[in-house]
Amino acid sequence: MTATQAAQPVRHNATSRGRVTPTLMVYLALVVLLVVGSVLVAMRGGVLLDHGGILNILTRSTVLGLVAIGQTMVILTGSLDLSPAYLIGLCSLIAAETMAGDPGMVVPAVLLTVGFAALVGLVNGLVITALKVNAFIATLGVALIIRGYLENTYTGPAGSVPRGFQHLGYDRIGPVPLSTVVMLVIAVAVWWYLTRTKGGYHVYAVGGDAEVARLSGIRTGRTIVMTHVLCSVMAGLAALFLVSRLGSGAPLVGADGGYDLESIAAVVLGGTLLSGGRGGVAGTIGGVLILATLDTVFDDLGVTPFLKDVVRGAVLIVAVALYARSQLARRAR
Amino acid sequence: MTRTQARRTRFAPGTVPVLVVLAVLLVALAFVGTAYQQPAGYLALLKRAAPLMILAIGQYFVIVSGGFDLSVGSLVTAEVVIAARLIDGDDSATGWVILVLLLIGAVVGLVNGVITTRLLVPSFIVTLGMLLVLDGAVFLWTGGAPRGALSDSFRTIGRQGIDGVPVIGQVPWSVVVLAVLVTMAVVFMRGPTGRTLVAVGDNETAVWLGGGRVERLRTLAFVLSGLSAAVAAILLGGFAGVSAQVGDGLEFRVITAVVLGGVVLGGGRGSVVAAMAGALTLESLFSLLNLLGVSGGLESTVQGVIIIAAVAYAAIDWRRKRA
Amino acid sequence: MAPIVRMNGINKRFLGVDALKDIDLELHAGEVHALVGENGAGKSTLMKILAGAHRPDTGTIVLNGQLVSFASPVHAQRAGIAIVHQEMTLLPDRSVAENVYLGREPVRRGHVDRARMQAATADLLDRLGERGITPRTPVRRLPVAQQQVVEIVKALSMDARVIAMDEPTAALAEHEVELLYDLVGRLRADGIAVLYVSHRMREVFDLSQRITVLKDGALVTSAATTEMTPDQLVRAMVGRPLDAMFPDRAKTRGPVRVSVRGGGNERLRDITIDLAAGEIVGLAGLQGAGRSAVARALTGVDPLTRGEVEVDDRPVRIRSPRAAIRHGIAHVTEDRKGEGLALRQTVRDNTMLVRNAVFGRSRIDVDRLLGSVGLAAGRTGQEVRFLSGGNQQKVVLAKWLAVAPKVLVADEPTRGIDVGAKRGVYELLRELACSGVAILMISSELPELIGMSDRILVMRDGHLAGELPAGSSEEAVMALATGSGA
Repeated sequence: MTATQAAQPVRHNATSRGRVTPTLMVYLALVVLLVVGSVLVAMRGGVLLDHGGILNILTRSTVLGLVAIGQTMVILTGSLDLSPAYLIGLCSLIAAETMAGDPGMVVPAVLLTVGFAALVGLVNGLVITALKVNAFIATLGVALIIRGYLENTYTGPAGSVPRGFQHLGYDRIGPVPLSTVVMLVIAVAVWWYLTRTKGGYHVYAVGGDAEVARLSGIRTGRTIVMTHVLCSVMAGLAALFLVSRLGSGAPLVGADGGYDLESIAAVVLGGTLLSGGRGGVAGTIGGVLILATLDTVFDDLGVTPFLKDVVRGAVLIVAVALYARSQLARRAR
Repeated sequence: MTRTQARRTRFAPGTVPVLVVLAVLLVALAFVGTAYQQPAGYLALLKRAAPLMILAIGQYFVIVSGGFDLSVGSLVTAEVVIAARLIDGDDSATGWVILVLLLIGAVVGLVNGVITTRLLVPSFIVTLGMLLVLDGAVFLWTGGAPRGALSDSFRTIGRQGIDGVPVIGQVPWSVVVLAVLVTMAVVFMRGPTGRTLVAVGDNETAVWLGGGRVERLRTLAFVLSGLSAAVAAILLGGFAGVSAQVGDGLEFRVITAVVLGGVVLGGGRGSVVAAMAGALTLESLFSLLNLLGVSGGLESTVQGVIIIAAVAYAAIDWRRKRA
Repeated sequence: MAPIVRMNGINKRFLGVDALKDIDLELHAGEVHALVGENGAGKSTLMKILAGAHRPDTGTIVLNGQLVSFASPVHAQRAGIAIVHQEMTLLPDRSVAENVYLGREPVRRGHVDRARMQAATADLLDRLGERGITPRTPVRRLPVAQQQVVEIVKALSMDARVIAMDEPTAALAEHEVELLYDLVGRLRADGIAVLYVSHRMREVFDLSQRITVLKDGALVTSAATTEMTPDQLVRAMVGRPLDAMFPDRAKTRGPVRVSVRGGGNERLRDITIDLAAGEIVGLAGLQGAGRSAVARALTGVDPLTRGEVEVDDRPVRIRSPRAAIRHGIAHVTEDRKGEGLALRQTVRDNTMLVRNAVFGRSRIDVDRLLGSVGLAAGRTGQEVRFLSGGNQQKVVLAKWLAVAPKVLVADEPTRGIDVGAKRGVYELLRELACSGVAILMISSELPELIGMSDRILVMRDGHLAGELPAGSSEEAVMALATGSGA
């Protein structure tokens, strides 16, 4: 889309009050949710944001947060990644089986896991850019390939991690899990990368208009491949956290968590445009926290887990509809 | 050049490769499996493939008009679970329950369509949300595990057929249903509404300026997809019985099938026959692998490889290669 | 003085057609060199070759005395040649500074030096005397004219010594054109060589020091602007007596088919128009005067909010394209590919598009219909994107003929098609008029509008400034359009 086209419908948009950025909206929504949730939980005699509640919200946010950070970068370039769920499963097995309970193998296992994840991301990126396969299909294809391998090779959990490695999953700094701290540090790093470095600028450019980016001398293919590699590495890290908590690798740990679609949901909930070019990590983390808080509130209220899905789906649709409203004029109908 | 092009368009672009692959697979089946040396073997294959082919018809409408429908898998599960609960073994309930199922399918499609077109939410997100809602709602209602049972008459459609047909023996009802729906889909796609639907996927501005009701057409596509999920659920429920996993992964499998048929994500390209051929190709491939003794676990891997290969093949710019 | 750029013997063929034949061109520092010619004459191709977007088949480019060959626009930019595109190439969600330095962001200790980027952008904006733009503003919030300023700032930021501008006023309103004039003047003063691509007489004579005329890919003439008159220039561009291009005018004027009384909306006020069967009414005016707005109002795209509309003497309300079509009003849009055609569908499907979408009934003889617009029958199964611009426009016309309209609103119906095909479109429009269709034709090319129209309505600032009879002079039209000569 060229600027001319985009700018044209503005004349229809008499009320251009939109200085409230999506990111701000997300965090406002989060605050409202925390307040409403606290009141509801309090009415049933509980406390939402006590030590346990905060811990619960943050723990839930960690793994999804990692995947969603990667997904944000991918979506910002106008791409998409449907492979993290099964990749997490496979990475958890690689990590746990390589460690096999031996503390000496922790470092090699971590390196191997991250390296393998990066390789999968490279494949994703190259299939999209070199073979020119639609990102949806490319990453779905890779996900299916991994899934088939998992189903064919494993029937249940395998491998085990040494006790030392479990610190990663269970240690805390106050009420904040160590893993959450790591996740947040990564989020800040990615935020810095996207908003302050040349590479990050190019991510936005490619997602905004790949042709304009190309004409400006940006290597669009390389940018897309790199975000896919980073996204898969995030999935690999997520797998390491899961393994450290579970103690072993599990083939379906990622699929059961629904990290593929859920991470996309968190990203768009955080105000990033599914078609790319606009949004950011800050909003995504807000989206992740909203999802985690919803879960926690429902747990505290003793609501059946199935209602969570319903609410989650509704929240997702409503949120994106709200973002779309601010651009309703775009099509000038 | 012009000449061959004019002639080739009797098949929509992208159709020929999938038909060739399908033909090869069907012949290969006859060599590998003894069951396929009789027409009945192929009929059984069609019967197995019918639900996916019907879903492919519905998904085709949505994809060709420029959208996605990720909710069909959950919708199939929901429909089967609802059917079991409503019928609860009572044969006399079969008729109205089928009507209710179709209605539910249509309403879910309508909601998908209206949210997509009126609230301008990308259909990927809308149907993803719908997937979550359906998953949750059904189990909320059933309390976690499917209850009730399907009636025999309900299961007839998926299981039984017309007996005593010369040469081929039994013609399964599902194949009859499939044939009827295929005919309807082909007629629809040749008609004015069908042609306009494809044009919407190609250039919706041109259709709007040409007097087309873009929102209505795109919504119609979602409704048809919802209906196809309802029909597929009726067949699958009969064929496989009640389970909470009956629709798992169907959304991605059907998108694979449609894309394998040369239908382009983003819209405007591909034919409904090719989409169904894609579904049949996928099922044939699984049957063949099964006969060759490849583990069922690898089905996904195969699916993943061919979906990438099919799209990569289609993405090759043959005109440029030539020049 | 030696030229900055010397292009010698440039040849380029596309799909076996000569786009450029043996072109020579020189650009000097501090000089505006106008490159003129009709659409399809090869202006854009030549410009793209200069800017590295195309490579010439044969011929050389010498830049500052050195033979150069650019692999891509980026290489040309690095050598100091920048292009300001007709369509904007900005990212709407990024700030002015981020767009200006896109792909060339200054880096300091690992991160983008935003302060420097913004300061440099502000300096360049100052240099152009542009104070309304702040470097941090997202481009989305700027009006089109200012977006163009950003494009030019982008060119300057590359230290461009040569700037090629492709129809820079195409998207601008009248008052914005003045801004561009100032800008070009400043570029000249800075010693930059400007290649100014346009087919607008006034701009060419106001701005340039030298004019080169292309026609059908060949160089017709190249001379100092002072040595040329507008008449000579038109003749050089068209290459034949203008009159021979256009079919004879109609003799009869039928009943009024559509009439607008006091129509208005956001962009229009007090529009009163009658269109009668059998006539072609030209709608003239400067860019932004509201010509397209009239077309879009009549066809329900941006409906009128005030005034009355009658079709065949019956009052109607036209609130959508569908309503317009139901009342027999057809709309050949300005943007053929973006708004007129579904490019990946066949000729047949496109021809049937409106009929299918609105009336959804019975087949018609598509082959015969296409024959009547001059398209070979063998083409019906071909995808429209493989057709030439001229043939695509024939499909657009066939699409509307398929619903037998009473009124045809044609917005720039010959844009981007070659001279031969233009003549075909002219004849078709005239035939349609003769068969009882009322036609409103919009064109930026005055000779064409004057040659085709039975009368000409001239717009200025959203209203009708006056009406002129057939065969009026360009000067008369321009006087009304600018409000100067009255």
